[in-house]
Amino acid sequence: MNATYLLDLLYLIAAITFVVGLKMLSHPDTARRGNQVAAVGMTLAVLGTLLLHPSADREMGDARTMKLLLLYAALAIGGAIGWIAAYRVKMTSMPQMVSLFNGLGGGCAALLAVAELKLQHDGFGHAGISYGAMILVLFTMFFGSVSFTGSLLAYAKLEDLVKDSAITLPRHSVVNMILLAGILGLIAYITFGAGENGMMWGLILFGISLVYGFMFVAPIGGADMPVVISVLNSFTGLTAAAAGIIYENLIMLVGGILVGASGSILTILMCKAMNRSIMNVLVGSFGGSSAASTKNAGDQTVREISVNDAAVLLNYSGSVMIVPGYGLAVAQAQKICKELDELLESNGVDVKYAIHPVAGRMPGHMNVLLAEADVPYPKLFDLEEANDLLAKSDVVIVVGANDVVNPAAKDDPGSPIYGMPVLEVWESKNVIVMKRSMKSGYAGIENELFFHPKTKMLFGDAKDTLQKLVSEVKSL
Amino acid sequence: MEVFFSFLHDNLLLIYLLIFSILLGIEVISKVPAVLHTPLMSGANAIHGVVLVGAIIVLFNARADDYLSLSLGFIAVVFGTLNVVGGFAVTDRMLEMFKKKKK
Repeated sequence: MNATYLLDLLYLIAAITFVVGLKMLSHPDTARRGNQVAAVGMTLAVLGTLLLHPSADREMGDARTMKLLLLYAALAIGGAIGWIAAYRVKMTSMPQMVSLFNGLGGGCAALLAVAELKLQHDGFGHAGISYGAMILVLFTMFFGSVSFTGSLLAYAKLEDLVKDSAITLPRHSVVNMILLAGILGLIAYITFGAGENGMMWGLILFGISLVYGFMFVAPIGGADMPVVISVLNSFTGLTAAAAGIIYENLIMLVGGILVGASGSILTILMCKAMNRSIMNVLVGSFGGSSAASTKNAGDQTVREISVNDAAVLLNYSGSVMIVPGYGLAVAQAQKICKELDELLESNGVDVKYAIHPVAGRMPGHMNVLLAEADVPYPKLFDLEEANDLLAKSDVVIVVGANDVVNPAAKDDPGSPIYGMPVLEVWESKNVIVMKRSMKSGYAGIENELFFHPKTKMLFGDAKDTLQKLVSEVKSL
Repeated sequence: MEVFFSFLHDNLLLIYLLIFSILLGIEVISKVPAVLHTPLMSGANAIHGVVLVGAIIVLFNARADDYLSLSLGFIAVVFGTLNVVGGFAVTDRMLEMFKKKKK
């Protein structure tokens, strides 16, 4: 039996597992199994390529052994680091981690394209030299590089390693347009006219693409990083598909296209949750226009509440709604929050959670964090349901959330987040805002809510404050 | 026009496959609840790690004395493996939590 027939079968099985896996991933009950199904398919595809792919026999003897050893070493190194990183990372840092892994996938595609260009140049390429194959190689190189540096920058922004303003140039979008035009010109030149010098120009394209990836993400505010990661995710999918066409490899093609398509849909869903268009996110810079806001909060006063008063207020109310934000997550306060919830429930208070679609740093991020603390599913309400319930709630506790409860999104057309759906916490009878300080949120804008007559501020670290609240309620 | 039609004819199956894969990708995702957006993105992220297969082929294709291509291929395989293994592992960790609370 011909080994490639078996490989074809393995690829077919893997392609089916990808589709079935993705489908299962989109339902809560089957999600975990779906991920495992796709992982099994991936293992089959990779092992099959390793053992059965005909290109393994292009050189025999020592050369073959040496390349196999290199391969096993690379797989072992990548596998070990990936595994350890995935199990060491804190749940709050998940989005960064996804971005990092995505960037490495893009880097993989870009390097693959550079190596393929070199091989084609030396006459050892897989596809031979045709215009179509060349364009695909350069396309893979460009998108892979953009995904690589872009994702690394997104990672750095989410980790707060870089400040948004520090890396934007004057007339940034003009510079980006020039870069992009240069890249397209280079791709055309290398394909049709560069001839002997193709390799050198290819490396120049590689360099400029890396720079472009950085420049592409640089002006986009930290709050929009989830959307950017999703866009870059589908870019990497496209590179995998393009590489699949170069190698006439159907599993790469199918896997890549699936991710490219689903990534684009996911991006659109995320943008909808923030009521913004993709163009607006990618081209319009966030936060830069906040000076245009008509309101000035400087001379308003905030009302503070003591832990003791807050405990009394909570304990003797009928219904409480908790609005968790990223501040809850960084303080690792999910579990103590759940404790307060149980305590209040046992005293006859109805406790629910209002989850904004972009609470945390990625859609669904907050649900993951609360699930980690064993908060039951039925207690979590999404934006629309929550807004109905908020109006009927006696007390709303905002824990470390800011932009998602900002009334400016509804009534201040000058605000950069104007039009974003928010949780209308001010419709309830009382609002307690837990915050470390009066610092503005991730979008870098003032929040009128803190000066609202119904609002009382409870300053301090989310975890400490919740802990104190729990002991106060216990002692009542 | 002639060129276009002959291209279409020669690559018909490929074009069908592309279009159906795109539609399938859109269809599979469009009904997903917001809760699962993050795990789903992470899972899709792991799947595009299939580009690792291409990196393996490049490394096979490189001549044993072409150190530049060999090193590029080597790093590409490391990156690709990181994407695949890390991607699936991280997704599994996220989804583990969804399962626990169902009891």
